[in-house]
Amino acid sequence: MSTGAVGRAHPRLEGREKVTGTARYAVEYPVDGVTYGWAVPAAVVRGRITRVDAAPALALPGVLAVLHHGNAPRLAPGPDRGLWLLQEPAVHYRGQFVAVVVATSLEAAREAARLVRIDYDAGPHSTVLAADHPGLYRPDQVNPSYPTDTAEGDFDAGYAAAPVRMDATYRTPAYHNSPMEPHATTAQWRDGRLLVHDSNQGAAPVQATLAELFELPREAVRVVAEHVGGGFGSKGYAKAAVVLAALAARQVDRPVRLALTRQQLFGPIGYRTPTIQRVRLAADADGRLTAICHDSITQTSTIREFAEQVAVYTRSMYAAPHRRTTHRLVRLDVPTPFWMRAPGECPGAYALESAMDELATAVGIDPVELRIRNDAAVDPDLGQPFSSRNLVACLREGAERFGWADRDPTPRARRDGRWLVGTGVAGSSYPARARAAAASATARSDGGFLVRIDATDIGTGARTALWQVAADALGVPPERVEIRIGDSDLPPAGVAGGSMGTASWSWAVIGACEALRVKLRQVPGGAPADGEVTAEVSTADEVRDQPERPRYAYGAQFAEVRVDVDTGEVRVNRMLGVFAAGRVVNPTTARSQLIGGMTMGISMALHEEGVLDERYGDWVNHDLATYHITGCADVERIEAHWIDEQDGDLNPAGVKGIGEIGIVGTAAAITSAVCHATGVRVRDLPVRLDKLIALSPLA
Amino acid sequence: MRPFRYHRPADVAEAVAVLAAEPEAAYLAGGTNLVDLMKLGVQRPDLLVDVTRLPLDAVEELPDGGLRIGATVRNSDLAAHPAVRRDYPVLARALLDAASGQLRNLATTGGNLLQRTRCVYFQDTGKACNKREPGTGCAARHGQNRDLAVLDWSDLCVATHPSDLAVALAALDAVVEVHEPDGPRDVPLAALHRSPGEHPERETTLERGTLITAVRLPALPAARHSTYRKVRDRASFAFAVGSVAAVLDLDGDVVRDVRLAYGAVAHRPWRAYRAEEELRGRPFSPELAARAADAELAEARPLRHNGFKLPLTRAITVRTLTELAEGARS
Ligand SMILES: Cc1cc2nc3c(=O)[nH]c(=O)nc-3n(C[C@H](O)[C@H](O)[C@H](O)COP(=O)(O)OP(=O)(O)OC[C@H]3O[C@@H](n4cnc5c(N)ncnc54)[C@H](O)[C@@H]3O)c2cc1C
Ligand code: SF4
Repeated sequence: MSTGAVGRAHPRLEGREKVTGTARYAVEYPVDGVTYGWAVPAAVVRGRITRVDAAPALALPGVLAVLHHGNAPRLAPGPDRGLWLLQEPAVHYRGQFVAVVVATSLEAAREAARLVRIDYDAGPHSTVLAADHPGLYRPDQVNPSYPTDTAEGDFDAGYAAAPVRMDATYRTPAYHNSPMEPHATTAQWRDGRLLVHDSNQGAAPVQATLAELFELPREAVRVVAEHVGGGFGSKGYAKAAVVLAALAARQVDRPVRLALTRQQLFGPIGYRTPTIQRVRLAADADGRLTAICHDSITQTSTIREFAEQVAVYTRSMYAAPHRRTTHRLVRLDVPTPFWMRAPGECPGAYALESAMDELATAVGIDPVELRIRNDAAVDPDLGQPFSSRNLVACLREGAERFGWADRDPTPRARRDGRWLVGTGVAGSSYPARARAAAASATARSDGGFLVRIDATDIGTGARTALWQVAADALGVPPERVEIRIGDSDLPPAGVAGGSMGTASWSWAVIGACEALRVKLRQVPGGAPADGEVTAEVSTADEVRDQPERPRYAYGAQFAEVRVDVDTGEVRVNRMLGVFAAGRVVNPTTARSQLIGGMTMGISMALHEEGVLDERYGDWVNHDLATYHITGCADVERIEAHWIDEQDGDLNPAGVKGIGEIGIVGTAAAITSAVCHATGVRVRDLPVRLDKLIALSPLA
Repeated sequence: MRPFRYHRPADVAEAVAVLAAEPEAAYLAGGTNLVDLMKLGVQRPDLLVDVTRLPLDAVEELPDGGLRIGATVRNSDLAAHPAVRRDYPVLARALLDAASGQLRNLATTGGNLLQRTRCVYFQDTGKACNKREPGTGCAARHGQNRDLAVLDWSDLCVATHPSDLAVALAALDAVVEVHEPDGPRDVPLAALHRSPGEHPERETTLERGTLITAVRLPALPAARHSTYRKVRDRASFAFAVGSVAAVLDLDGDVVRDVRLAYGAVAHRPWRAYRAEEELRGRPFSPELAARAADAELAEARPLRHNGFKLPLTRAITVRTLTELAEGARS
């Protein structure tokens, strides 16, 4: 029996706590005797620490300790050298944390951090990505485990033979996740056990990393992440704050709170690598693609390889007989790039979908129609049928809702006073995957149910969605269900990332609820008279045994922009997206994910840019006053719709994940709209007025 | 953050006396700039003298038709004041285009004029900056300087003054009323801020410890026909990459009077006297406005990343004046 909680709009369960300020975040838990940690960043790009003079810092009243490589507790080297903090004098990038001050007040810790004197031996450095960088190499695989290069047919011959060709290079700058809540931790050691309240996207991986670094059994580490103020990928894995807090707490033998500053989020927590992408497309006179090539160049650090899978999007998006994708990487003296909302797909789609728009112009075919003509019947990469592929449906419905039909493709054809007006479109796709998870469901004698799973709600509404799923699986009204998440003591589950959260977690939740119902059938009256009945399941076997096949969510974004003809200022009049993402569990929170993704895409297209100063080797605009993100006034009208999609080959809830698909094609839709409005194709983001001012008749 | 004391003076004289006696004290108004800089370690006062309870929060209409604006009048209150909206729309517009609603509720008239540059190197104690630490060099001169000056910079500093309000006040010939240990004094707004020259660390002509008590606007009936055009990288909540404050008074087609000031181009709000000269007494046309802008910008020296500021400033000059002229005719 389904009570129909799934599919119904419901506000976030914890919404009231959040807006009234009672929801506790990582450094807000009251803890007796708590102290404050302040991280000290390296002031050189590459080199060695030759001396640390902590005396002036220690002389300040309230300062308890200054930890650095010379005195910090030892860590076991884990898989990520970037987390082997305060263990060695080597500096790999500017801003790397090289010391931590602990004091009885935040203010004292901050002031003391300024007083820690560190001398370095600095060497030459290289921090700027370039297409001709001598250090370019071919990584063994790209994130998470895709082949580095692929080739089918003969691209060069296919390209040379085609009547229509386009060849363009697109550049994107570094993007910074900078979530509202910084990376932050309260760490406490008790009897050899470590408890951290931490801001992350998955308690279990943080628990595993801490256990490894501190050489503890996993059970000796507990990670609680009940509420998390965003992460956008940057908290998908243990990062510096939690390690530093745990080190500091061990050293001073008192609880320690440590939150990174806004400035410290620009680098050490990861960021989206800058990209240089060359895309070549060839088509016949009807616009049917005959050859596709996507070459990506990105950066990683000297500490750890992170190879963003930029061209992977192109492998499965559009069909063509001759195809090639490549990834090249260079190790720079920079922090390690990391996941940021739709790593790979987001920058990759910007380039490919822009190139499709350029091809549409070259071949004289409407860009919606061009994409429809090149829809793939089977996955071009794997040669297998998709579990479902509704790109065309998204494009058609989007075109209908947006009013695309009578679009005059001529650039600069539409005007509204001093504004040039244009429209653009892009396709989008994002893999629909799932990971193993465990969950438990408990029936209580009062008729209530408790569902437990170590899922994480990073502000998306995951908690509420799982609660709805559980109610339907139990066949009871949701009011009778309580859900508990965000704690490594709960049945283990994977990170909130890769748009896999709801798919993976709901799978386990449904399994546990169904197992409980089976158990309850043996119980007289179908409910425990006293005590509790619990069922716990893991989906490890089912997930492992699910046959490999291409599973993707799709979408189409449409944008209308206006450009001030005198100044080159760009504004987005309206943005509309239609998505095919399987079953939508909660329309309220789903819409906010989708429009949030599109808003972040506007931000990428028009505003965001990490500006690096080569001499200092770091980003100079490292706060939100200077690293601009899209504000409310920049989003005038934005709509997200979804088509009714039933895909029985996904997971029990039939969901595909919606956290990332919204951003994927957005920047291409906007830059194509700018090109339609002005006739100028900006191929290095962001599109800012500097790049359009030459149009001005008054300039 | 350096530990600091906090003091609430009883009156203006006491405030000034405390600052004279305490070499490391600073006035605190809305704190929206000073407190940020204290957290960053850029400014490190040991005593904050809070001026927000002094009786400096009134906007008075003066008998001669001018306006006196108290130094602690909040930016949002000033923007909403009926006399400002009626007689000096350029001022209301400049205020409302600045910062965010929350910041404007705190930011004061005096604090806004004395806010520090937004040069990113100035705000980062890990980088060379002559303004923050004289003699250390200017990281921006050959660094990332898209947002910085095109006019009147020196090799020691290429920063801009970030205020929108100051640009409007420059166009309006405002007078700043200040209180020094010796007593009160008037400083024309145009003489308040300095060029960077050899001493970028000195941003104004005021002696340390001088308290701004008010800003006086002379009567200027033409200012009823005025506006502020700000260009920024997003629709709200960003500093200007170019701005123009303009007052235009036409006699038929002929420019009887004009006041023009630019923001985001120099170390101080830039009163465009040369452009005004070019315009005054001539029949208005967009071409004339363009010539005027060219005259003003003739000596501009763009840096590596900010050459776009010249065509941009020219474009908004022409556009803004043309719109004012069209408004006057209709
Ligand atoms: C994110 C952000 C965006 C912003 N955007 C804009 C923008 O777009 N345009 C814009 O114009 N501004 C902008 N601002 C700046 C804002 O307008 C200023 O911070 C504000 O006006 C400063 O006023 P305050 O009263 O808070 O000054 P405070 O921070 O209190 O003081 C600033 C300085 O003035 C001194 N001072 C204050 N009052 C007096 C007085 N009466 N006499 C003598 N000295 C005094 C203080 O000692 C200090 O040195 C922005 C600020 C932020 C943080
Ligand atoms: S421009 Fe001025 S404020 Fe900026 S770094 Fe140079 S000296 Fe400092």
